Amino acid sequence: MEQQLKQLEQEALARIEAAVSLKELNDVRVAYLGKKGPITDLLKGMGKLSAEERPKMGALVNTVRENLTDVLTAKSAALEEAAIQEQLEKESIDVTLPGAKVQIGNRHPLTRVIEEIEDLFVSMGYEIAEGPEVEKDYYNFEALNLPKGHPARDMQDSFYISEEILLRTHTSPVQARTMEAKKGEPIRIICPGKVFRRDTDDATHSHQFMQIEGLVIGDNIRMSDLKGTLDALAKKMFGAEREIRLRPSFFPFTEPSVEVDVSCHKCGGAGCNVCKKTGWIEILGAGMVHPNVLEMAGYDSKKVSGFAFGIGAERIAMLKYGVDDIRHFYTNDVRFLSQFHRSEG
Amino acid sequence: MLVSLKWLSQYVDIEGLAPEELAEKITRSGIEVDAVIDRAQGMTNIVVGHVVSKEKHPEADKLNVCQVDVGEESLQQIVCGAPNVDAGQKVIVARPGAKLPGGIKIKKAKLRGQESNGMICSLQELGIEGRLVPKAYAEGIYVLPEDSVPGTDALELLGLRDTVLELGLTPNRSDALSMLGVAYEVAAILSTEVKLPEINYTASAEKAQDKLSLRVEDTAVNPLYAAKVVKNVKVAESPLWLQHYLMAAGVRPHNNVVDITNYILMEYGQPLHAFDYDSLGTGEIVTRHAAEGEKITTLDDQERTLQAHNFVITNGKEPVAVAGVMGGANSEVSDETTTVVIESAYFAGQSVRRTSKDLGLRSDSSARFEKGVDPNRVIPAAERAAQLLSELAGGEVLEGTVLVDELDKTPARVVVSPDFINTRLGMKISLEDMLSILERLQFEVEAANGLLIIDVPTRRQDIKIEEDIVEEIARLFGYDEIPTTLPESGEQVGGLTAYQEKRRIVRNVMEGAGLFQAVTYSLTSAAASQKYALKAEETTKLLMPMSEERSILRQSLIPHLVEAAAYNVARQIDSVALYEIGSVFLGQTAEGLPFEEEHLSLVLTGKWTDNAWQGEKKQVDFFVAKGIVEAVFAKLGLTERVSYVKASVDGLHPGRTAHVLLDGGVVGLIGQLHPAEQKQAGVKETYVAELDLLSILNASTEELVYTPVPRFPAMTRDIALELDRTTTAGEIAEIIKGAGTKLLKDVKVFDVYEGEKMAPGKKSVAFSLTYFDPERTLTDEEVVAAHNKVLKALEAAGAEIR
Repeated sequence: MEQQLKQLEQEALARIEAAVSLKELNDVRVAYLGKKGPITDLLKGMGKLSAEERPKMGALVNTVRENLTDVLTAKSAALEEAAIQEQLEKESIDVTLPGAKVQIGNRHPLTRVIEEIEDLFVSMGYEIAEGPEVEKDYYNFEALNLPKGHPARDMQDSFYISEEILLRTHTSPVQARTMEAKKGEPIRIICPGKVFRRDTDDATHSHQFMQIEGLVIGDNIRMSDLKGTLDALAKKMFGAEREIRLRPSFFPFTEPSVEVDVSCHKCGGAGCNVCKKTGWIEILGAGMVHPNVLEMAGYDSKKVSGFAFGIGAERIAMLKYGVDDIRHFYTNDVRFLSQFHRSEG
Repeated sequence: MLVSLKWLSQYVDIEGLAPEELAEKITRSGIEVDAVIDRAQGMTNIVVGHVVSKEKHPEADKLNVCQVDVGEESLQQIVCGAPNVDAGQKVIVARPGAKLPGGIKIKKAKLRGQESNGMICSLQELGIEGRLVPKAYAEGIYVLPEDSVPGTDALELLGLRDTVLELGLTPNRSDALSMLGVAYEVAAILSTEVKLPEINYTASAEKAQDKLSLRVEDTAVNPLYAAKVVKNVKVAESPLWLQHYLMAAGVRPHNNVVDITNYILMEYGQPLHAFDYDSLGTGEIVTRHAAEGEKITTLDDQERTLQAHNFVITNGKEPVAVAGVMGGANSEVSDETTTVVIESAYFAGQSVRRTSKDLGLRSDSSARFEKGVDPNRVIPAAERAAQLLSELAGGEVLEGTVLVDELDKTPARVVVSPDFINTRLGMKISLEDMLSILERLQFEVEAANGLLIIDVPTRRQDIKIEEDIVEEIARLFGYDEIPTTLPESGEQVGGLTAYQEKRRIVRNVMEGAGLFQAVTYSLTSAAASQKYALKAEETTKLLMPMSEERSILRQSLIPHLVEAAAYNVARQIDSVALYEIGSVFLGQTAEGLPFEEEHLSLVLTGKWTDNAWQGEKKQVDFFVAKGIVEAVFAKLGLTERVSYVKASVDGLHPGRTAHVLLDGGVVGLIGQLHPAEQKQAGVKETYVAELDLLSILNASTEELVYTPVPRFPAMTRDIALELDRTTTAGEIAEIIKGAGTKLLKDVKVFDVYEGEKMAPGKKSVAFSLTYFDPERTLTDEEVVAAHNKVLKALEAAGAEIR
């Protein structure tokens, strides 16, 4: 009987060894260890044995059974592992193939510049004021100290709709409207928007362009405040190392008036093609609000003062991104637009 | 304004200052120097020559062989092609080795077999613009005065060893439209003196008043008229120095009389006019308004018809000049002129401006009158002219000035406190420094009771108010000295308005969906102005458009976006997804302006998703466009208030166009371009949408409040319906939602089928309905009861449940 048991064990081990699938393995388990299997049969036949042999034989059968179970478990684990390995092998991919594309668009570069400037000024307590593109002559010129007949307002330079209405030539009328509406209250605004001039479109001119103007009115607003504010703007747009300088100029709506240069971001001031070898680039016009402009809007120019500045979004974008032709901003070539997709810094 | 430094140095000491250095100082303190022009332009080896003999070239008709004395022992043979070369002339000779402007080098050469040792030059060859060369020498070589010494430096003689500063003057600085004005500015910058020209001449015993009478009819337009009479004038070429100062200033020399008036125009900024006394014929000058339709032939030989508001100078009978603009041909100084009347007057800027515009005639004179000349220089300028006519044209100046003078010549007084100046600037400039700057400017100043009482010379008509003084002090003290500060923080907290914030959100949605932002023009053509317009209203047109393409304000953003898409498609970019946010211009408001409504538009063409190697490709279609529109509304919290109805819009596909409704009102459209439009634009299937962003962003939404996350399961039931092809899923969804069960949480279309398995004109639409109660798990019976309500409602509406 013992002999028989050993033989069964050998047989079973051989079949386990040979099994190549979990199903086959299960068949082996059922065949040898199942309720109808030969080992069970052997246990059933133990009644015929003597009382002495019975426990010995029982222990032997259990040993064989445990041994077979262990081997089966181990083999089963090995087969499962192999199956997983095989599946993983099958599922392996070429990870260098491109990902499923997530198409994300982006802001127009002019909007990008404008929002950057908006955010800077909002952080300094400014509001964003907007106004109509079609304006009254009064707000576009007269309220800004440019009375009718003033040499700086030639009909030829503006798109008129009628004698009294035109496409605004700057966003300053928004300032005039805001002053009128605020009725003597302090003001801190920037006004971005489209403006129009009678220019033939070429590499450096556009009949439509974007302007951002700023206006601060309050007690004791000083020219040094203007300089500090524009210094912050220049550093934000062109880098922390930038410096500005003011040069005297003339605008009818400010007195004193200045042109503002920023130290060249390309050469750092040493002189290059971008700054025409001067180390400085003119970026905007500014000044202290002319008392006539304040008075016309109902402010007491003896009590309050203010500053204003105006900046061209195209000019900033062209300098900042090295764009060489203003028409790119209005052609909407996707190969141009899509270049402004990423963050900087 | 072109400023010859040689000329300028007559009035102010600029010795030892490099031109670039001076230019930088001028620019930094207020007047921009646009260019520093070296008149010698690197020229060398250019000398005076004496043409000793001239013979015809044996081989060439148009060439002459000249023997020229260039100050050396032997004569030099030079072949010259100029028609006006002649023996006895003193000429400009470029010797072998000479450099001329434009990189030209002169070498010994043989011209048709004749040796030529250099070149006899025209002024053009020395880099002077043709329009400035005196007419007599415009077509040939320039002839130097007889007393020129052969072999000496011709550039020195011609005043070309000089630098010219080109000033870019802002309109307020008309004071710098004269050499004296620039001298005052430079003197202030350099802290030095101005040397005014000394005027002295001996007048004849004869009185000007006896020879000329004067009447001014409107002293408002012409408050000052001064005339000098000079007799025995010999009209001739001006001396070389005068001609070359004028050319440096950009003025063409004519003859000594005209040149003197132009010289003084440039020197004093005071326009003068010279009349031929005999041609006046009446011994009388009357200034008056023109008669309507009155005619005058001006110096440029154009006949001009005048209007009543134009102002003229007459001889008592007919116009002899248009005041301040241009003289008349009938009284022009000619070679025969012997007696000259010099006019120096003050004409009101507005009048001159209007007349000059009427006649389309702008001159150096009109430009200066328009801006306002210095009242205190009118009479000195007349005296200066008399002096120069006597010195340079041999004239005899008659005693006295024929004069009408009602012009106010008092300086403007500005009173300002040093505190005000410092407060405005945010600086601490001392009183001493302020006084020193005002003195450098030669402003009369008195400091009293903490105030500066300033009398501003009339040459500086731009200085009228305290702020003007602030600028003068600041610019000469140096803008670099202004510290940088920020405005004291007020009470205002900055930020975007709700509208502005939502607009940025919309931009993010569009870009997140894969669209690029475009910016197009507000002006368009008449044909495109109302195309695809959501609302077509009265349009806004330009009075004087530059082109038809940009003549009218748009009422839809779509045409320009389609144009942009077509532009890209034409450049092999087949898939285009663009959006724009911009205003359209509708009708007219009470203010008389068009109503500006901000719109959002998009254009889609080509592939929407393209994942080529995985074989996934999807072309854009109506539902891609609609999905983007839905995403906008979802992000704005308006989904429940928006619906879509089939619509018909000109230019869009009649079967693939919808109106977008917000709270039942039309706020937008979505559609495919009509195939005919696509063909015309050169694009394939293209979808567009336009939304009235103004209304949409102004639609207020409730505050966002958390609703509990569901704790109980939802149940779904599906319904398939057989519908007429024309019945919309939207209509059925409305019936389902309106069936009156609170448990219904969601209705979704999950299948649409039209095809051979359906009867003709029919389609199958399958909906998935979700039932849910936040308080508990629904029982089967409750769901069945709710679902039956829906089924009944559908049956009642005639839908056939499959």
